Amino acid sequence: MARLVVRDVVITTLLLGLFAAIGTAVVAWVHAATEARIAENRLQMTRTRVTQVLEGLDYDNDPVTDYHRVSDDRLGGEDLPVWIARRGTEVVGVALSAIAPDGYSGDIHLLVGIDRTGTVRGVRITQHRETPGLGDDIEVERSDWIHDFRGRSLGDPPIERWRVRRDGGVFDQFTGATVTPRAVVRAVRNALLYFEANSEELLALPPPEEDEVLIIDPAVPEIPDHVTPTERLPEAEPPGELLQ
Amino acid sequence: MITSGYADIIREGLWTNNPGLVQLLGLCPLLAISGTVINALGLGLATIATLLISNTLVSLLREHVRPEIRIPVYVLIIASAVTAIELVMNAWFHGLFLVLGIFIPLIVTNCAIIGRAEAFASRNSVPRAALDGLAMGVGFTGVLVTIGALREIVGQGSLLDNAQLLFGEWGRDLRIEIFPQEHGFLLALLPPGAFLAMGLLIAVKNLIDARLEARPIAAPAAAPETAPTQS
Repeated sequence: MARLVVRDVVITTLLLGLFAAIGTAVVAWVHAATEARIAENRLQMTRTRVTQVLEGLDYDNDPVTDYHRVSDDRLGGEDLPVWIARRGTEVVGVALSAIAPDGYSGDIHLLVGIDRTGTVRGVRITQHRETPGLGDDIEVERSDWIHDFRGRSLGDPPIERWRVRRDGGVFDQFTGATVTPRAVVRAVRNALLYFEANSEELLALPPPEEDEVLIIDPAVPEIPDHVTPTERLPEAEPPGELLQ
Repeated sequence: MITSGYADIIREGLWTNNPGLVQLLGLCPLLAISGTVINALGLGLATIATLLISNTLVSLLREHVRPEIRIPVYVLIIASAVTAIELVMNAWFHGLFLVLGIFIPLIVTNCAIIGRAEAFASRNSVPRAALDGLAMGVGFTGVLVTIGALREIVGQGSLLDNAQLLFGEWGRDLRIEIFPQEHGFLLALLPPGAFLAMGLLIAVKNLIDARLEARPIAAPAAAPETAPTQS
């Protein structure tokens, strides 16, 4: 009897192990078949965003493969990627990743394109959980608000007017939503302050070594369109993972 | 149920034993991702694929799986299928994949799927199990898309917004604007809107069933069997 039980246990275990092995093999095979395409998708998404915030700049490199990582409180995070636009060896602009920690529901991730004179070339929201219909006008697909930053710099408007109108600044807030634009304005201003304080180092960042070019890891976290705050489970996407 | 014909299997999945409206299984994705038609359709299609694959495999293996380990084996099959589907969506429907996010892997926990594996697929032939998976999946997707349509119309005044995520660039033209978004009823987009739409839908179904039953020559009575393991 005891031997029978042992036999049963062994057979059952082996059977279960077999199923686990087959399942893993199938997943591994699909993974191998889709890996390249997924990497390409991520790269493409990053390239689209980075190109948008560097709009109008004259560069001849591929910024997506020319990036460094920086950490600074003003950018709101650690090891954030900064993409470099170059003409020849000269840096003509940077796309800084920044995180606004004070959105209406959690962090707002942005990309701020700044040229070498410290002027904003473009801003895009890459990820947020703001209220649909109220706070999501920060998305370029939903309103033109984000274009207000184009051509701005720390002197235009003066630093004390880098606020939404309600706080005495020059940027519009939205009807029914002040917290969201306020957070974005502050984040862009802080990114500019960071750039001003570190422009020498940023503009002297070396181009990637030839064999490093293929590393395409830091994809921009993308916008979850039309996903309301509660529909995203926070624990599923810790900030660290978002930033890769 | 063992003796029911193919037509019965289809009717069960689409109406009398609909996973969304009668069994009330898989409510988490149903309520969370039904903000727009396209989101709903994307998740619905992924769920159909999962149900089809898991029901077919479970039925195929039903003679070989010992009863003691059948649930772990079902979970393995479902998890592998969902992971594969997730990778495929990531590769070919990247935009939609980003929108659906965590809800694709969460299909694993949709109890409608393991429910069908245990209650139907493990006791029926492969064609019948596959058909059941398809019917249940389509029934679930139907509810998902209906709620999505209701919420999208009321909430943002459009239909098929962001269709390019599912159909590629030409999908952009599919968007139908019924009224400008500013006049949308925000509540419909927020989670309570999902519960309200869901409740309305169940009420309408019950109303239709009651009407049908009241007729002199009634269609086969719509007596929903009790759902398998709820969670």
